[in-house]
Amino acid sequence: MNETLKNTALFALVAVLIIGTGFLQSWNSALFILNFGLISAIMALGVNLQWGFAGLFNVGIMGFVALGGLATVLVSMPPTTEAWAAGGVGVIVALLMGAATIVVTALVIKRMPAGWMRTVVVLALLIGGFFIYRALFDPSVARIEAINPASTGYLGGINPGGAAWGWMTLLAWPVGGLLAAGVAWIIGKTALGLRSDYLAIATLGIAEIIIAVMKNEDWLSRGVKNVIGLPRPAPYEIELQADPAFLDRAASMGMDPVTASTIWVKLVYAGLFTVVLVILFVLAQRALHSPWGRMMRAIRDNENASEAMGKDVTARHLQVFILGSAICGIAGAMMTTLDGQLTPGTYQPLRFTFLIWVMVIVGGSGNNLGAVLGGFLIWFLWVQVEPMGLFLMQMITSGMADGAPLKAHLIESAAHMRLLTMGFVLLLVLRFSPRGLIPER
Amino acid sequence: MDLLNAFVTLSNFVLIPAIAYGSQLALGALGVTLIYGILRFSNFAHGDTMAFGTMMTVLFTWLFQAWGVSLGPLPTALLALPFGILGCMALLLFTDRVVYKFYRAQKAKPVILVIVSLGVMFIMNGLVRFIIGPDDQRFADGERFIVSVGTFKEMTGLEEGLAIKTTQGITLITAMIVVAALFWFLNRTRTGKSMRAYSDNEDLALLSGINPERVVMITWLIVAALATVAGVLYGLDKSFKPFTYFQLLLPIFASAIVGGLGSPLGAIAGGFTIAFSEVMVTYAWKKVAGYALPESMAPDGLAQLLSTDYKFAVSFVILLIVLLFRPTGLFAGKSV
Repeated sequence: MNETLKNTALFALVAVLIIGTGFLQSWNSALFILNFGLISAIMALGVNLQWGFAGLFNVGIMGFVALGGLATVLVSMPPTTEAWAAGGVGVIVALLMGAATIVVTALVIKRMPAGWMRTVVVLALLIGGFFIYRALFDPSVARIEAINPASTGYLGGINPGGAAWGWMTLLAWPVGGLLAAGVAWIIGKTALGLRSDYLAIATLGIAEIIIAVMKNEDWLSRGVKNVIGLPRPAPYEIELQADPAFLDRAASMGMDPVTASTIWVKLVYAGLFTVVLVILFVLAQRALHSPWGRMMRAIRDNENASEAMGKDVTARHLQVFILGSAICGIAGAMMTTLDGQLTPGTYQPLRFTFLIWVMVIVGGSGNNLGAVLGGFLIWFLWVQVEPMGLFLMQMITSGMADGAPLKAHLIESAAHMRLLTMGFVLLLVLRFSPRGLIPER
Repeated sequence: MDLLNAFVTLSNFVLIPAIAYGSQLALGALGVTLIYGILRFSNFAHGDTMAFGTMMTVLFTWLFQAWGVSLGPLPTALLALPFGILGCMALLLFTDRVVYKFYRAQKAKPVILVIVSLGVMFIMNGLVRFIIGPDDQRFADGERFIVSVGTFKEMTGLEEGLAIKTTQGITLITAMIVVAALFWFLNRTRTGKSMRAYSDNEDLALLSGINPERVVMITWLIVAALATVAGVLYGLDKSFKPFTYFQLLLPIFASAIVGGLGSPLGAIAGGFTIAFSEVMVTYAWKKVAGYALPESMAPDGLAQLLSTDYKFAVSFVILLIVLLFRPTGLFAGKSV
């Protein structure tokens, strides 16, 4: 069996699984799997860039995804004018002040000769800077959060048109990528060039911190109060159901208007996501087969030899780390757009970091097609394992008496089958097919 | 008198909790550092290993409580601890046999082992949630306080009270016993010395006839004991929730790296560094400052540097500073 045939067969399998869901369960859940599968495939592309091309171990994907979500809020929501008037300037001045403190401290560390004088100056700068920052920051934040806390209480975004300007949300996708790239630059600057596990632990940490910031800084994105009702690029179901032309079309296809409208909206999203996926895939593919991609793989396979050939290993690592994180940021913005809300409480590392890793490893690290396949396949499994687990548990416990505590416990625990299954899939692939379903060429 | 009050408040809210938390972190970091030294990879499944060992202990505690067995004023969990350790040991030896051994034989790169440990983490995490569920479990019983606020105030006549929870006392004593035993084992016994030799120079150790499989097996046994003790102490002190244990991974790794990966002494120093910074940065200093400073200088606000939700940020910032200025950690660890 040649390679093209095998790959086609694998993707056909995914298509059959998704279409099968459509026939057996509902088209809404099939499209749900498709849309999130597209987003997962983009995240897997980003991780594949870092791991497959360059061998960088990033376990902070959740953080970059969340930053993408934050970008969606900052770009697509209308600004809260009263909040801006009350404390917007104060917050920005305070943040600039904080940034200036860090820059000045870094300069002092670089310029002054080492010694106790430098230590004292640095400490004084940091401590003084921190208190000035808090003195400027806290009152402004209090004023912002006091403004209509039940519905706003935050600065809002930059979208002057509000819900009518849903296309603004599309702008948030590249902005999410930029935001993620900026944070990736900071992390990469400190942790790259050291041992490989240090990057892993630094990214693990930054992801937790980004989530903590998003949960607690109410002035920024309402924290755990969530931002709901984000303007969206797709039409609203309600409007479709009121549109006579749409109702006619739905009737001619023999569908009831509610189902037809939800399916149509999901199809619009699927179209948008497919465009992004195709663009990113083509770019990644071109990168992989360019001199740059070959250099990346050479660095991955033998750092010392590449360094001897005059390649700047740390700079190339930084470059690819930023690019990969930016792709994860784009995917995160797309996901928040699809959800229509930003809920920082739902970002779980197992779901947003480690699951993406399973996708890349199972699909085939170093192969873009493999990453995309893994994204779809593992996402399908992640969604469908729960009902399958429940079914399995009902089979196992069918012999037990109703109301037996063990039976209740087993059925209740079926929800946790997901993690077990993902662990087994990962370990089995690593053991028996370590190059993944579509291996690197 | 005021200074004394300030000190008592400080001990009550900062020193004692930080010492207890630091001991728990140190025990966790010791496990990470041992695996790093002997097996040469960062074990991402460590938090979930702790959760598994604690879960076994909790189950045995419930069994003993159902039988009516107890230790009087001490928590029943102490009685169940050895059984929890045995359960955790069995699990770790089993995972080593079916999972890690294959990659050791292949001499796989450390980063592959890290990814394998991610898989193990998923399975352990699923296992724990499957058996005991994802919810909070409290399993501490017995006397709650060694010294309670009321008794302390009566004894000393001070305005401020000092409470020492039984769990905090137990944490400190257990940690000291465990650490002493571990260092005695590593420095005095033949097996311990062979472990250190293997960690220093694998080839040389193999040449002098040290059996690597035995060293690895003993490492897993010790790690199981350390992880379970750390997990149970943390669970007694706060509460047992699988997800919290997963999140402990970050401060534990930070402790191990700050101290120097591969150095047991460093793990302990790192654990206390992280714990003290975390507690001190997130504590509201208003009360202490109110006693210690003259009235005119007392702060208006809470004088809290960061809200408690940012405690992860503290471990992280310390980690970054150490990585920037001293990448091998306080006690020069190894860098492979």
